Amino acid sequence: MDFKITLKNVRKNFSRLLVFDSVNFELTIGSSLAIAGKNGSGKSTLVKIIAGLLSPSAGEVIYQIDGKKIDKLDWFKYIGFVAPYLQLYDEFTGYENLEILARIRGLKNYKNKIEEVLKRVNLYARRDDLVRGYSSGMKQRLKYACALLHEPIVLILDEPTSNLDAEGVEMVWKIAQEQKKKGILIVATNEAEELQMCEEVINLDELKLKSREQIVK
Amino acid sequence: MLWKILLGLYIAIITALAFVIPIGFIPGLGERARIIFLHVPSAWLSVIAFFVSMLYGIRYLRSKNIYDDIKSVSSAEIGFLFCFITTVTGSIWAKFNWGSFWNWDPRETSIFVLLLIYGAYFVLRSAIEVEERKATLSAVYSVIAFVTVPFFIFIMPRIMPGLHPGSKGDPEGAGPVVTFKMDPNMRILFFASLLGFTLVYLWIFNLRSKSEILKLKIENKIYQEVQN
Amino acid sequence: MLSSIWAIFLKDLKSELRTRYALNALFMFVVVTISMILFSTAGEVVSGTLLSGLLWVVIFFSAMSGLSRTFVSEEDRGTVIFLQLATRPSVVYFGKLLFNFALIFGLNLFIVIAYLLTMENFKVKSFDVFLVGLILGGIGLASASTIIAAIIAKANTKGTLYPVLSFPVLLPLLMTTINMTQLSIEGATFSETIGHLRILISYSAVVIIASYLLFDYIWKE
Repeated sequence: MDFKITLKNVRKNFSRLLVFDSVNFELTIGSSLAIAGKNGSGKSTLVKIIAGLLSPSAGEVIYQIDGKKIDKLDWFKYIGFVAPYLQLYDEFTGYENLEILARIRGLKNYKNKIEEVLKRVNLYARRDDLVRGYSSGMKQRLKYACALLHEPIVLILDEPTSNLDAEGVEMVWKIAQEQKKKGILIVATNEAEELQMCEEVINLDELKLKSREQIVK
Repeated sequence: MLWKILLGLYIAIITALAFVIPIGFIPGLGERARIIFLHVPSAWLSVIAFFVSMLYGIRYLRSKNIYDDIKSVSSAEIGFLFCFITTVTGSIWAKFNWGSFWNWDPRETSIFVLLLIYGAYFVLRSAIEVEERKATLSAVYSVIAFVTVPFFIFIMPRIMPGLHPGSKGDPEGAGPVVTFKMDPNMRILFFASLLGFTLVYLWIFNLRSKSEILKLKIENKIYQEVQN
Repeated sequence: MLSSIWAIFLKDLKSELRTRYALNALFMFVVVTISMILFSTAGEVVSGTLLSGLLWVVIFFSAMSGLSRTFVSEEDRGTVIFLQLATRPSVVYFGKLLFNFALIFGLNLFIVIAYLLTMENFKVKSFDVFLVGLILGGIGLASASTIIAAIIAKANTKGTLYPVLSFPVLLPLLMTTINMTQLSIEGATFSETIGHLRILISYSAVVIIASYLLFDYIWKE
């Protein structure tokens, strides 16, 4: 299977405020991209646009399988997403959150998958506790479980190691390595070290400088 | 420029004629029937304006072009103004014809609902700060509201008798006012007035949306200069 | 697709039963409103026709205090992205619609029982007309309030905005249902209200189709 994400001249502005302009890249299976930039440079905005949560102000994002475009409404099937602003249902347990997700997604034989993924993020022992009682690090682990449940081709991580302890950080690196083997990895981060997770880097600050220069010219 | 002067003259002549033209005798209405030259065209204008507003709203949803939203609001504002004029003129007229300012006649109810819908529409807009979101949500609301309005046509006759000239239950038997039985003078002036009001709408709409778009452009320019 | 809709419905139902955010408040709201009517009409003989109108006032305001929760709670807690990343917008819409149907049926059942027990002059003669009016009215009420809840969830002043936006949209429906309830008190036969039924059914159909077509625009920005 041939899977490809293409961004063509993507621009985003919130009314007058230009966040970024002319973002271009192409990702295929096995490739990985880190998005760098200062706070407020638009990393999360770009990540949301790639995931289809936000529409770009100009340009387009294209998902393709074997050269065929995928309808934007179906992107969710291929995406796993972890971000600080993604919230889980805290009146449910960790297991229930995954079960709800599996049912909404229409996954088959989800019980084994849930157990597998819970073990992978090391939450199996606490699976029947309410998320309300989880620490922020445990919530972050559960987000990974949610993102990996349907074995997505595209894994998008916004601030991947926030709230995690050393062991958790190691887990993230392992997940990132595995994802790169079988799919696409996109990481948005402030930390120089985490940029090493990916082969390619796009820096939004530099991009902004460039587009400024273009305007001045 | 010239066409605006001509339009001014045209409307002035219609207004003057509305008071003096012989309209024949209409049972139950008499001279009070002259309201038709002002009141009905205002109602007509506000309905057109609301319709145009909704169309630009739908266009915005597809294009995401903020100018479409500006046109949509401009038209809604004009519609609201004329809807208000229709209500007030109708209400004053009702005092003299039916004895009270408000009777919950089907048409009074319908115009009241239009006022409520667009009142809510403007409240909704003021409750959202992000421009794109404001434009999207208000466009969606206006479509949802618009699809429910036609139901009044079916509901009203079941629930209330109509007093309004032209409605089925009109007790004095004046019958539908705008028919081809109408006095020829009256008919011609009425349609001339409809045309005049439509042109007035086009003019105000054009002016309003142009000035709002210019305002946006100027603000953008100032913003850019401050940035550099 | 259908199983996903059902999954969303079950999630909301389970969440509601566990937290009881809406249920407890709604229960008290109905008790308070009905007591208010009882106090203000104490010692007076209130006609059945007037009581039919008041019944729908209670239903409308109760609905306005409860039906927005499905969307507002997702928006407030930031779980919107969870759903956006899990399924199509239309699945979310129909799941929430189903939940609001369930909520309004529960609510109407409770209101009507409380009403029949407390209002002496409220005697329903044609029970079939009354029941059908109540059920179809509930469906129409839920369908219009669901899309409006999705709209106001994105605005700043959610609480006050909800009835303001809903009322004009719901007015044709409310006028029909109030009239039907009055007819049921007067003892009209079922066949006399076929026209009303047509209006109620087509109202719900039109609103649901329009909502389905427009929901994508509200759900994702």
